[in-house]
Amino acid sequence: MELLGEVILIAISAALINNFVLHYFVGICPFLGVSRRVDMAFGMGFAVTFVISVAGLLSWTFTTYILRPGAPLTTWVYRLAVPDTEVVPDLSILNYIVFIFVIASAVQLVEMYVRKFFPKLYKSFGVFLPLITTNCAILFACLEILRNVSGVPRAEAWGVVEALTLSVFAGLGFMLAIVIMAGIREELDSCDVPAPLRGAGITLIVAGLLALAFAGFTRVDQGLANLIR
Amino acid sequence: MAEAEAKKTESQSRPALEVAPGPHVHHGALTTRRMMLDVIIALAPVLLVSVAVFRLYALKQIVLCVACCVAAEAVFDLMRHRRPKIDNLSAVVTGLILALSLPGTAPWYVAVVGSAAGIGLGKVVFGGLGHNIFNPAMVGRAFVMICFASAMGATAYQDETSAVHAVTQATPLTQLEQTGETTELWRLFVGNTNGSLGETSALACLLGGLYLLIRRSAAWQIPAGVLLATGALAVVQNAMNPGADWTAAHHLLGGALLFGAFYIATDPVSSPLTPMGRFIFGLGIGALVMLLRVFGGYPEGVMFAVLLMNSVTPLINRWTIPRPVGGPVERKT
Repeated sequence: MELLGEVILIAISAALINNFVLHYFVGICPFLGVSRRVDMAFGMGFAVTFVISVAGLLSWTFTTYILRPGAPLTTWVYRLAVPDTEVVPDLSILNYIVFIFVIASAVQLVEMYVRKFFPKLYKSFGVFLPLITTNCAILFACLEILRNVSGVPRAEAWGVVEALTLSVFAGLGFMLAIVIMAGIREELDSCDVPAPLRGAGITLIVAGLLALAFAGFTRVDQGLANLIR
Repeated sequence: MAEAEAKKTESQSRPALEVAPGPHVHHGALTTRRMMLDVIIALAPVLLVSVAVFRLYALKQIVLCVACCVAAEAVFDLMRHRRPKIDNLSAVVTGLILALSLPGTAPWYVAVVGSAAGIGLGKVVFGGLGHNIFNPAMVGRAFVMICFASAMGATAYQDETSAVHAVTQATPLTQLEQTGETTELWRLFVGNTNGSLGETSALACLLGGLYLLIRRSAAWQIPAGVLLATGALAVVQNAMNPGADWTAAHHLLGGALLFGAFYIATDPVSSPLTPMGRFIFGLGIGALVMLLRVFGGYPEGVMFAVLLMNSVTPLINRWTIPRPVGGPVERKT
């Protein structure tokens, strides 16, 4: 029951209240680049959600068993090499490299899949599909998981369920934001936007106004937490 | 060859037919100016009550906001080398709604910045009236709410030293959130409580709203959806906390709900086009208002709810295209 409440909180918080795009302003490049049409935005949303889930799951596994200070697997290997030592092995300097490898391989998977089964979508994504690798939203999710695994006391460390919830709902939140944006941008095609603002300018203004609207969700998570706990 | 020639002469001899996009039925009374005038007439009871309750606070805010909105419209239109479209009165309506959604105690620069942001960021950057995605007045209000948090926050409404009685109390929703005290239903209905200038009196909002609905300047589906969703969720919330003094009726009459449902959400530009879409839009606003009121950090959520639903309006329009009579019609690709 406690876990369920925690999971619901993490889910709502990641998707709406602390929406990655509109609250933390990460993942802006595909948000601006692929939000021209609603169907493309959906495709990008699905791709990012998949990558973020895989990357989140793998980075939780690596952080918990290998990377964090005193991780079980690393300690075991270290003890094999150097028996009778009190040193706690710490591989956290490798965090970023491992995360980027994980993300890149997940993107490679998506790319092969989309290329094979949705060639049209693959064409319309263009460079933005491989660019998911450098999508900061995904690295942000990995780091958020890292923070909740090795940055807190052992008893409060996230399990795999929490990590997976965060990643999936962060991806869904990204999809929500990019689809809303795409809807607005399709509408903007028929609008008489001042010439200097056309394209990226008006898109950033709309993104700002969306962030303004999402600011209304401030502290909703606290209210929900009070209800659940 | 000869055939093509014949076709050409035929097309030339035909009477000139003009091809133009709809609407094709024109009616002298159906102008933007006329609709805006309707909204202004409908706002009259709200304006009267706010001046009666808040005296000079209300008068100052209303004059300032209307003047600034009209000025902003003129300046921004001139910057785009367009004829300033002040005569369609839309800037006046934006100014009135912005003023009525601000606290009377807000300093003058809040009104000025709010008007400029509302007209500029909310309307002109999208291409002027008819193109705006978000409700301009709410964009202006949200802008100043984030910029001047201390001048717009819950405590800013209150000024104990004021000579105006209403301003010396906390707003009903703030009182509920901080001390748990409930304001009497009758006072929420009549409107002699503190709050944003236009939101205090449920009676005035209902009167004006009724006029708008009868004149069909506002779509009835939107307020119906808002009230239905809020009412239903409020009943559920009451059922979960039996014995609470703040009942569903308080939720409906208190805060900016009625003002928002009748005047803000019904803005024809930033709300959906189809009847079904309008109903969904209203339901969404009502549900979000309850979510933000019950769980959120701000006591009131009407403004954010309207902005959030404005942002999904293009998607609602897209997914509620009505089927023509005799449809379904195959879509051409």
